Amino acid sequence: MSPLFPTLLPELALGLGGMALLMFGVLAKGNQFITCSLASVALFAVTGVFVLLAPAGVVFDGLLTTTDFTRYADVLVLLGAAAALILSLDYNQREDIARFEFPVLVVMAVLGMIVMISASDMMTLYLGFELQSLALYICAAFARDSLRSTEAGLKYFVLGALASGLLIYGISLVYGFAGTTNFAALAKELNASQGAGYGTVIGVVFVLVGIAFKISAAPFHMWTPDVYEGAPTPVTSLFGTAPKVAAMALLISVMMGPFGHLLNQWQVLIEILSIVSMAIGALGAISQTNIKRLMAYSSIGHMGYALIGLAAGTEAGVQATLVYLAIYIVMSFGVFACIIAMRRKEQAVETIADLAGLSTQKPGYALALAVLLWSMAGIPPLSGFFSKLYVFSAAINAGLDTLAVVGVLTSVMAAYYYLRVIKVMYFDSGSPDFDRAAGGVRLVMLAGALATVFFVFIPGPLVSAAAAAAHALMG
Amino acid sequence: MNSLGFPILSLITFLPLVGVVFIATLRGDDEAVARNARWGALWVSLVVLALAVYLWVVFDPAQPGFQFVEAQPWLSGLGVQYRMGVDGISLFLILLSAFITPIAIVSSWSINKRVREFMVAFLLLDTMTIGMFCAMDFVVFYVFFEAVLLPMYLIIGIWGGERRIYAAVKFFLFTLTGSLLMLLALVWMWRNAGTTDIVTLLHTPIPPQAQTWLFLAFLASFGVKAAVWPLHTWLPDAYGEAPLPGTIMLAAVLSKMGSYGFLRFTVPMLPHASAVAAPLMFTLGVVAVIYVSLVALAQTDMKRMIAYSSVAHMGLIVVGIFTFTVQGIEGALLQMLSHGFVITGLFICAGVLLARGETMTLSKLGGLAVRMPVYATLLMLFALASMGMPGTSGFVGEILVIVGAMKVNFWVSLLSATGMVLGAAYMLVLLRAVLFDKTTRPALDGLKDLSAVEFAMLVPLAMMVLWLGIYPSSFTHIFEAPVSAMVQAHFASLNPSSAVQPVSLAMVTK
Repeated sequence: MSPLFPTLLPELALGLGGMALLMFGVLAKGNQFITCSLASVALFAVTGVFVLLAPAGVVFDGLLTTTDFTRYADVLVLLGAAAALILSLDYNQREDIARFEFPVLVVMAVLGMIVMISASDMMTLYLGFELQSLALYICAAFARDSLRSTEAGLKYFVLGALASGLLIYGISLVYGFAGTTNFAALAKELNASQGAGYGTVIGVVFVLVGIAFKISAAPFHMWTPDVYEGAPTPVTSLFGTAPKVAAMALLISVMMGPFGHLLNQWQVLIEILSIVSMAIGALGAISQTNIKRLMAYSSIGHMGYALIGLAAGTEAGVQATLVYLAIYIVMSFGVFACIIAMRRKEQAVETIADLAGLSTQKPGYALALAVLLWSMAGIPPLSGFFSKLYVFSAAINAGLDTLAVVGVLTSVMAAYYYLRVIKVMYFDSGSPDFDRAAGGVRLVMLAGALATVFFVFIPGPLVSAAAAAAHALMG
Repeated sequence: MNSLGFPILSLITFLPLVGVVFIATLRGDDEAVARNARWGALWVSLVVLALAVYLWVVFDPAQPGFQFVEAQPWLSGLGVQYRMGVDGISLFLILLSAFITPIAIVSSWSINKRVREFMVAFLLLDTMTIGMFCAMDFVVFYVFFEAVLLPMYLIIGIWGGERRIYAAVKFFLFTLTGSLLMLLALVWMWRNAGTTDIVTLLHTPIPPQAQTWLFLAFLASFGVKAAVWPLHTWLPDAYGEAPLPGTIMLAAVLSKMGSYGFLRFTVPMLPHASAVAAPLMFTLGVVAVIYVSLVALAQTDMKRMIAYSSVAHMGLIVVGIFTFTVQGIEGALLQMLSHGFVITGLFICAGVLLARGETMTLSKLGGLAVRMPVYATLLMLFALASMGMPGTSGFVGEILVIVGAMKVNFWVSLLSATGMVLGAAYMLVLLRAVLFDKTTRPALDGLKDLSAVEFAMLVPLAMMVLWLGIYPSSFTHIFEAPVSAMVQAHFASLNPSSAVQPVSLAMVTK
């Protein structure tokens, strides 16, 4: 057992900081949106430092565990959430939803995610899961005067509650049949009894389904396009990054940890999820005209690719998924920054056709978006190619050739729709006349595009961090 | 570090990127930016050419293995290294692409739309093609191979003709499908050998039943790039719609990426499948030569006729490679070089007419031999080289391919030779229609002969065509060693028990 204080520092900082911000927002005079947002970004930075400094260990009698794996996922979550807050600074003011509760909710959601990631007991897992979900339901409906946003929030809530229900039901089955909720004890139990009874396996499937909702893996992806479209764009960018990483990290740590010995039972499920997600992601996006919906399908597809690494069930596979997630969230917040910058005469526009002729008016902006989309399509030398290379290599090394073949085929289909956006920007004529984007938005756009381009020259740090993380989990 | 004391291959490869940064940061009014971008791109490509020539001078032809090898750790965890090196086969392709790029840049002088972006795309293309020929690691190769798509897509799509968008998307999706299938093959071979180092892959045997699948994947990728019939359907669209410099790069350099892939990967790494598939490849090659020549004969548009002639020549190259004889492969290599120079010359000749506002429709041209004598002479030279006239570069390559094919199969050689006759037929049709047919169109009377710039583009090409035709030894002695090593290794791996000892393998490993 580790000492509580330094090991738990990140969670404590976030929790206390979030409540302090809440008090400050309530008590201070005037609208404190900007102050609270900037303070939250600073809080994420401080938490990031704590995450890196806090010693690895187990606290609360095995409820929470900190390892290199959780550190890696924590940093990604913090990065994604910070980017979303920076994007919201200008957007929320222009859309008249600049209220201090927003950053506070994001902080609470991030706290939930970090608890989820470090959870080493079904109870803490559920606790974190619910904390982040509830905060995110409100975020989705944050533009409460907008019909679409309220609808998105409600839809997300109803389907999310269903997912939570399935998850808790699965947990109770596992508890009932295996007799414990602790990950380490479960692993021992499932190993000792030489496989598991039907009850446990059904429980595992329910847990899997509950989490699959959160990463929007098909066929549990129904909410994604509507929520992505309806929610305010900074919230969409948050959905596309931090919760995806947290839920995927959770899925990995649950599947590889307590249920690791049942690999033969769940591997085929993950393969199916992966194949269906890749296919739905590729096919669904083709007919979209709204770029936010397009990104929703794109994220479904990307989660399918990320699942390939998990399906491999090896240390290299986990490493591949972790590399995939990191590269994906960077591309993703870059693209969302570009989408937020789509404003004409103080009005946000969202269709792909609005981008026509962008490359002549704003070459830098068009180039950044083109680079990010090409990277999402997996064209070398951009970072998106390497993330795919890692997962395909893990799949083939694990003997899952079918997954790799399907992945390749869907990549071609997906390339088509990414290419279509680029075509509109570069080859079609038009005059988008977009307003000048705010500094923060341009910063995030630039950071995303540069990271995507320069990954090829310095892949080392990220890849070795992912290797250390995978080793901590599997080693 | 290599014997020169500095990483010459990385320098050649990445120098154009310096040019990209320079051009991207140019400031000033549009006129000045366009001028500086053009000159900047030209100078960078000339420096690259000078370095490539220097590489040729210091290259040691007696040694069949890779030279000037560089290695740096790159993708940790996967064990992929950044490895570069050249042997006698890749050296000339580097030279070819370094030689063609400045000419293509000069030929783009008349482009006035978004000059800065055009030059950036062109220099990126330069980096990608040269890097691909230098790559000694399969992943590095793949990255460069596929990255070519990005600048080429934009070049066709932004600066192309009327149906440019269709052509650009078709080009992109065709090549992407092929390359992704190759990616699967790559990952499979990676698992098999445990590394992506090309030298190690060359010596790692692959089970014959797996070779068939890998062969098909490679065929999909290299066949599309080299426009092997029937995978060539993207080509007439892309060649027809791309702006002239883009067409030149596609025809002269990018198509060589495919045939280089066959030589570097398919033949040496998959000897069994290659031997089994040789009849198939002969058929595809011969069909390309004969059928596509007939299609070329039916064209009424000068640019499209030249585009189809390119497919026909690529067919001959494929035949040469799959003979697995020293003559056949050397012939294919010479034909690759020759085709690079000749097709560039022909496309520039077409561009000369376009620049004078002329049509490409053959029936509306004619009588230019009188009006533009210098132009007519040069066009004649390139057309003769394309037909394979002795004394020009086309002859040496074709005769070697046919000799190589004769050793393997009489009919293949006979039918390929028929292709030469057909080649002569459509080229003579082209010459007659452009140069000799008398037309009374008054618009043709005002045409001026070649300008100094056009002359400067065509003369180096003509000199290369003649050099290659009159004294091919200065080229063949460089790739003799690797080609004979490759042929020996091929037969050695087919019959491991035979007396043929893979002597040079030890040298290749170096």
